[in-house]
Amino acid sequence: MQKLLQLHDFGGPGGKTLDDVRREAAQTGCSSTGGSGKASCGSGAGQGDLPPEIWDKVKNHPCYSEQAHHHFARMHVAVAPACNIQCNYCNRKYDCANESRPGVVSEKLTPEQAARKVLAVASTIPQMTVLGVAGPGDPLANPGKTFKTFELVAATAPDIKLCLSTNGLTLPDHVEQIAAMNVDHVTITINMVDPEIGTKIYPWIFYNHRRIEGVEASRILSERQLLGLEMLTARGILVKVNSVMIPGVNDKHLVEVNKAVKSRGAFLHNIMPLISAPEHGTVFGLTGQRGPSAQELKALQDACEGEMNMMRHCRQCRADAVGLLGEDRSAEFSTDKVMEMDVNYDLAARQAYQAKVEQEREVIAKAKQAELAKLVDETSDIKILVAIATKGGGRINEHFGHAHEFQIYEASSAGAKFVGHRRVDLYCEGGYASADGVEPILRALNDCTAVLVAKIGICPKDSLEGAGIEAVESYAFEFIEQSVIAYFKDYLARVGKSEIRHVARGDADIRQGAFTET
Amino acid sequence: MAYKIVASQCTACSACEPECPNVAIYEKGGTFVINPKKCTECLGHFDIPQCVAVCPVDNTCVIDNSVPRYQAPA
Ligand code: SF4
Ligand code: SF4
Ligand code: SF4
Repeated sequence: MQKLLQLHDFGGPGGKTLDDVRREAAQTGCSSTGGSGKASCGSGAGQGDLPPEIWDKVKNHPCYSEQAHHHFARMHVAVAPACNIQCNYCNRKYDCANESRPGVVSEKLTPEQAARKVLAVASTIPQMTVLGVAGPGDPLANPGKTFKTFELVAATAPDIKLCLSTNGLTLPDHVEQIAAMNVDHVTITINMVDPEIGTKIYPWIFYNHRRIEGVEASRILSERQLLGLEMLTARGILVKVNSVMIPGVNDKHLVEVNKAVKSRGAFLHNIMPLISAPEHGTVFGLTGQRGPSAQELKALQDACEGEMNMMRHCRQCRADAVGLLGEDRSAEFSTDKVMEMDVNYDLAARQAYQAKVEQEREVIAKAKQAELAKLVDETSDIKILVAIATKGGGRINEHFGHAHEFQIYEASSAGAKFVGHRRVDLYCEGGYASADGVEPILRALNDCTAVLVAKIGICPKDSLEGAGIEAVESYAFEFIEQSVIAYFKDYLARVGKSEIRHVARGDADIRQGAFTET
Repeated sequence: MAYKIVASQCTACSACEPECPNVAIYEKGGTFVINPKKCTECLGHFDIPQCVAVCPVDNTCVIDNSVPRYQAPA
């Protein structure tokens, strides 16, 4: 069983203690004020361009705040198997790919079982702040089960935020109830606003007791999605839009989707790569429709970014995922185990824990600020990507060989910006490194200049260097963003002294498999 | 006649269950089944059988010829 992330883990060997950092941060103070509020001090960082009242709602939501996903956990309960549309990237034999990627949901739960599971998880994982219903079908094609689950959870665990994800077809019919149940976030998957494009994604919908195909189906779906979005934002309910990037089908069109949803009040847009491995048995998988490469995805996200906040840290989790993003603990909470668990829901203890996490985030923000101040004189055009091995807490605290994923930051003279993550297969299984294990990792990190790790063996270090990626241990257990900035400064200095030559990196792979590690 | 569900194809997604106007569909042993006594082929309710229209797996809700034709109550 994976150990819970504890606050005292944050100060690891070789790293500074919390108090050191606090002292340092206090001394350096906060000098840069920043025009857009991006660099303002003590705001908890990560607010971006969000208005304060929205930031307040999302800052502890792991899916919505890139910053929070290091510290807070979410869970999905699989209570909603039925769906009312068909997507070409979804095979419901396995799962609904609208929100969760195509992977088997191990157990479908009744609302009562789900509520019990929520209590069990929240009692075990104090960082668990968000409950989502995201399928495996469409939660609003199963309104009875979805709302019953919310009702039971709200009655016993009132501090947990509720969210749901939907394809939007029946959304306008349920807006009143969503508002009445205090659901504070809704995600709508919108892949097109042009029905012609929709015909390549949706073979049919089930609407008004009829099965509808062709342009008509996509037209209805799109109208209902946008209407639902408008109705929710009119009531002050936060709406995130998910889009699946399908190269050659809707990739260019998603810029238009971005404009359409922003103008209707969506506060975040999450563009996710199509997952279409043939073994998932989806239409796209069988017709050989490819997914985007890492750089194609990033280019589209960058193109939309001027328009609104883009979400970059989505893991396309399972509909029954549990834990921090990128760390699935669902296996610990199977129905059998949950039914046997002693559930002690201690609201006060949870809140005390979350307050501590909040403090820790302030410290991290200040440390980053202090490091950023050292970059003010840099005017270089150089931008590099840096990969990070982390298991959470905003620190570089994972061994290269134990990393299930790497977080990717773009470093420039503007600072360090989170731009995504790359999932990889375990390179080092049971202490033994496998012979060809490092190859896929090299492909996943091929666009990165360096990878910052807590520790790395000699062999993988050599392989990385052979591929032109520097493996760096000297920031072990330090804060991520602060370290990325420090590394970048050092990199520029070495380029300046001609010790190294800055070269543009190539493209990288997005892993096509399901995320099933526990 | 009534409709029946080909058990080997049913993914147990449950989409058909709430759509049936006669509550003829229920879960049994990991898949869904239709009670032929309750199924009216949706006659009098809808133009097309709802289970057929909503099921994501083609040819899974099919007509069962071994059951006598539905008789509307006189
Ligand atoms: S799929 Fe995962 S990362 Fe994406 S919104 Fe849901 S929980 Fe968040
Ligand atoms: S045909 Fe109509 S009445 Fe018969 S099982 Fe299907 S939905 Fe129910
Ligand atoms: S809709 Fe089709 S696949 Fe789903 S439960 Fe009914 S018969 Fe089975």
